[in-house]
Amino acid sequence: MVNGKGMFALLRALDRKLVRDLWGMRMQALAIAFVIAGGVAVHLLAAGMLTSLEETRRAYYDRYLFADVWAPVVRAPNALIAGVRAIDGVQAAESRIRFPALLDMPDMAEPASGEIISLPESGEGAVNRLHLTQGRMPRPDHRDEAVVLQGFADAHGLAPGDSLAVTVYGGRLRLHVVGIALSPEHVYAIAPGQMVPDARLYGVIWMNRRALAQATNRDGAFNEVVVRLSRGANEAAVIAGLDRLLAPYGAPGAYGRRDQLSDSFVASEMDQLRTMGMVIPPIFLLVAAFLVNIVITRIIAVQRAGIGLMKAFGYSDGEVTRHYLKLVAAIGALGLAIGGGLGMWLGRVMAELYMEYFTFPFLVFRADAMDYVAVCAVSGAAVLGGAALAARRAAALNPAQAMTLPPPPDYSRAAGMGITRLRALDQQTRMILRQIIRWPARAGLTMAGIAASVALLIGTLFMMDSIKVLIGDFFGVANRHDVAVTFVEPRPRSAYHSIARLPGVMAAEPFRAAPARLRHGHLEERAAIIGVPADAELSRLIDAAGRAVTPPPGGLVLSDDLAAKLNIRAGDTIQIEITEGRRPALMVPVAAVAPTHVGSGAQMRIEDLNRLLREGPVVSGVNLRVDRDAVDALYARLTAAPGVAGVSLQALAADTLAGMMDENLGAALGIYSLFGALIALGVVYNSIRISYAERQRELASLRVLGFSRGAVSYILLGEVAFLTLLALPLGMAGGTGLAWYMAGAMSSDMFRLPFVIEPSTYGFACAVVLAVTVGSSLLVRRQLDRLDMVSALKTGE
Amino acid sequence: MPEARTKRAATARAGKADGICFSTRGLTKVYGHGTGAVHALRGVDIELPDGELIVVLGASGSGKSTFLNIIGGLDRATGGEVVFRGRDIGAAGQRELTEFRRRHVGFVFQFYNLMPSLTAWENVALVTEIAENPLKPEDALAMVGLEQRLGHFPGQLSGGEQQRVAIARAVAKQPSVLLCDEPTGALDSPTGVRVLEALKTVNDDLKSTTLIITHNQSVAAMADRVVIFADGRVREVRKNTAKTHPKDISW
Ligand SMILES: Nc1ncnc2c1ncn2[C@@H]1O[C@H](COP(=O)(O)OP(=O)(O)O)[C@@H](O)[C@H]1O
Ligand SMILES: [Mg+2]
Repeated sequence: MVNGKGMFALLRALDRKLVRDLWGMRMQALAIAFVIAGGVAVHLLAAGMLTSLEETRRAYYDRYLFADVWAPVVRAPNALIAGVRAIDGVQAAESRIRFPALLDMPDMAEPASGEIISLPESGEGAVNRLHLTQGRMPRPDHRDEAVVLQGFADAHGLAPGDSLAVTVYGGRLRLHVVGIALSPEHVYAIAPGQMVPDARLYGVIWMNRRALAQATNRDGAFNEVVVRLSRGANEAAVIAGLDRLLAPYGAPGAYGRRDQLSDSFVASEMDQLRTMGMVIPPIFLLVAAFLVNIVITRIIAVQRAGIGLMKAFGYSDGEVTRHYLKLVAAIGALGLAIGGGLGMWLGRVMAELYMEYFTFPFLVFRADAMDYVAVCAVSGAAVLGGAALAARRAAALNPAQAMTLPPPPDYSRAAGMGITRLRALDQQTRMILRQIIRWPARAGLTMAGIAASVALLIGTLFMMDSIKVLIGDFFGVANRHDVAVTFVEPRPRSAYHSIARLPGVMAAEPFRAAPARLRHGHLEERAAIIGVPADAELSRLIDAAGRAVTPPPGGLVLSDDLAAKLNIRAGDTIQIEITEGRRPALMVPVAAVAPTHVGSGAQMRIEDLNRLLREGPVVSGVNLRVDRDAVDALYARLTAAPGVAGVSLQALAADTLAGMMDENLGAALGIYSLFGALIALGVVYNSIRISYAERQRELASLRVLGFSRGAVSYILLGEVAFLTLLALPLGMAGGTGLAWYMAGAMSSDMFRLPFVIEPSTYGFACAVVLAVTVGSSLLVRRQLDRLDMVSALKTGE
Repeated sequence: MPEARTKRAATARAGKADGICFSTRGLTKVYGHGTGAVHALRGVDIELPDGELIVVLGASGSGKSTFLNIIGGLDRATGGEVVFRGRDIGAAGQRELTEFRRRHVGFVFQFYNLMPSLTAWENVALVTEIAENPLKPEDALAMVGLEQRLGHFPGQLSGGEQQRVAIARAVAKQPSVLLCDEPTGALDSPTGVRVLEALKTVNDDLKSTTLIITHNQSVAAMADRVVIFADGRVREVRKNTAKTHPKDISW
């Protein structure tokens, strides 16, 4: 009877049904699609930015011959470069002179500091080329021509033709700006010891080699070698070779990109993106899978009779299953399309945001096609998996049974019904409770979905709290100085006293810093040993409780990250090899380990360090607390003081950081909150819609019995409200766990995010989810108001 | 049945001088519009006295349900007027209609529309909790012969039992009007008779004006008055002088 043509017509009809079903559930479908889109978008956003940043960095480093290894020395003869180039694995090497500098900027009172680097005497050099954005490179025979780092030039309106006064090695140079440039060494232009870049306060100048050599007493000599490795060369072996060769020239030790300031910041940023891209999308996809499952289960329940009919007409189980899977595939495809577009767009927006922050000369925006395919496959598997069970149940329906009216579900046998017999309950509340108890799996999944959304919000938003604590600890407890003055070379203690006496100085503390290698067993780490006064107030390590940990006589206090890397505990003894001066090697007991959030540190008493170094009471610099009303005069005196290499302004750094937090992190977290809210919306809206569809008859009956709309809404919305309230504490617990995990996963050598969640973050996450619940309720409530009592009661369903 | 309750119900009704529960004039109802419009009611004029048991007959599609829904405040007429004991409910707003249903009307439908998550007792309590002067749920259930099934869920009851719970729920608030749309439609004959008996008991005890829509001619035998619908109009109203007891009816 059903010939081929008829069958085709029927199939077409089935597809028409598909379209109609989809249209009928468009809001729900959209809500699910948005959850899928959330996962896809976060993944693509993170992956897109990651590949873009990686590609950009790779292209930039390749094109501009970014160094692989840096080897500073005190002073080595120029001829030694031939020896460096002869080391196995060195593809190219350049020697140069590099010194900290004070940059005298007439447009601001604060002293700007930075570094000054020599240019190759001829040509562009084979390592670390500059990317000129304006002007030209200095001519070889022009001793006063200079190129300025673009960020600094922009911050001060410097252009070719301007001139600039620089204090380097205690002497003053007047330079003529001829070019503005970007440098692969300064993608993230940050002063050593700082947490954030401040383009106004930190500049880099490149100038004529001979002139700089003369100014720094390095005639015929260099103080740094930069090396590019041959393909496949062993970095550690090259570093060892360099150290052997350069040790007699006061080398503190060569280091690779991992320890290069700019690149390690870029790398840690990429690690964070990778974590985000790995952790968050699975949460979305799990929720989407569960939503699809409950929605399809519901549709199948409604269409029970229709399914019976289809099967009675001769549709096979496979065809019925495929029909419902197609419906889900359509929703999944919508989610992928939205998420794909959103993710790529956000990826580009964010990559451009990063461009302002990392100065790459260009951006290679790349969305990896394979990545998109992978995310499609995973999302598809998640939603189809969610639907498959339900669709299989549909296919398994017995057609004869399916076409009869289903009997009322039996509530008598569900476990836990006992409590709902309590006389004190009103009937509406009893209905809500029994609905939940009768379908515990569904209630559980709804709660899990809502909890996931709360957890996601907390697990991302806590970073604000964490960074606030980090900043507070760093600036407010550990580094309480406003200004750090560093000397070109260690100076006698009298230099400290003369700075301490300057007007505007309210408190001063000397410090001695010496580069060192720390060894424990076969483990080795590079660090600076800082000598501080016994009662240091301005710069200190703090313990977990926020108390200062002052080193006892003869002992060393280590930051916890160093201790962990060296596998060392308080009470152990550590070997220190100082890598300057006479390079003494010493065994020192570790008195305490202090948790630090930023960088790492090793502190001892300044007199101990002086003694270990077999030197007199010399200091490397002075930390100051200053009178903020008298700073301008003080800055002028400091920059004019003899032997001052750099002045870093801690107080300003704190302000810059706070500003940056609000801007960049705020934007990123805004996006993540939006995604968190999206999950809540998907779950809550769908769950109310499903309840509504299932209970339409009950609700209509209640209206017939004379219940007001408000009372009827209570029964419908009370269920989800109740589940939401139960889910909030679960979500808070889950969010706490997620935050704990993220704090670890997002930490790097630079920063260790403290695991701190403010009550307000819990509150905000709950408020967002409650707002979404209320919003979804209002949407469905509108439908409830239009409920047609008569037709709802007529259908036998 | 307790004496006091019956008396109270009776006095509540005595105040109505004319003794007319519902009267309609020129009542029309059109579903849809344009060429697809369906004229479900084409001008119904009728007066239904208080306290009577009225059976409404008529072919399928003749407008019986539409009429019942309008006088019960579930639906609105397109034209004409509906007066309930001197009050025009045709012009009432949503809130007033809800109030009207809550205070005065009990409904029984072909599909029982019980709350599956509530036991028989609780289904009745659902209504008594919001009523002004309700029976106790167990008394209402006793009226329909279900005093033994108070703690059962709808899923544990037969169709006839579920329908009797629905009746108990409808009458528990002592409504002055009981509207039943094909209450026996889904039931076999012996079960249907038990349901009709329950309805008669309610009508006798509470003196509620009771309308029973049915396509079953033989039910007319238990009525005080029989109304016959045809093509959206009342074709005939006839008083039944020889009422029989439901147990003598069968089909
Ligand atoms: N909601 C509706 N929309 C459109 N037409 C309707 C609707 N309800 C009833 N009708 C039509 O109105 C007419 C009367 O219906 P109804 O009052 O249900 O008749 P009865 O109860 O006597 O079988 C029928 O033709 C029916 O198809
Ligand atoms: Mg009807």
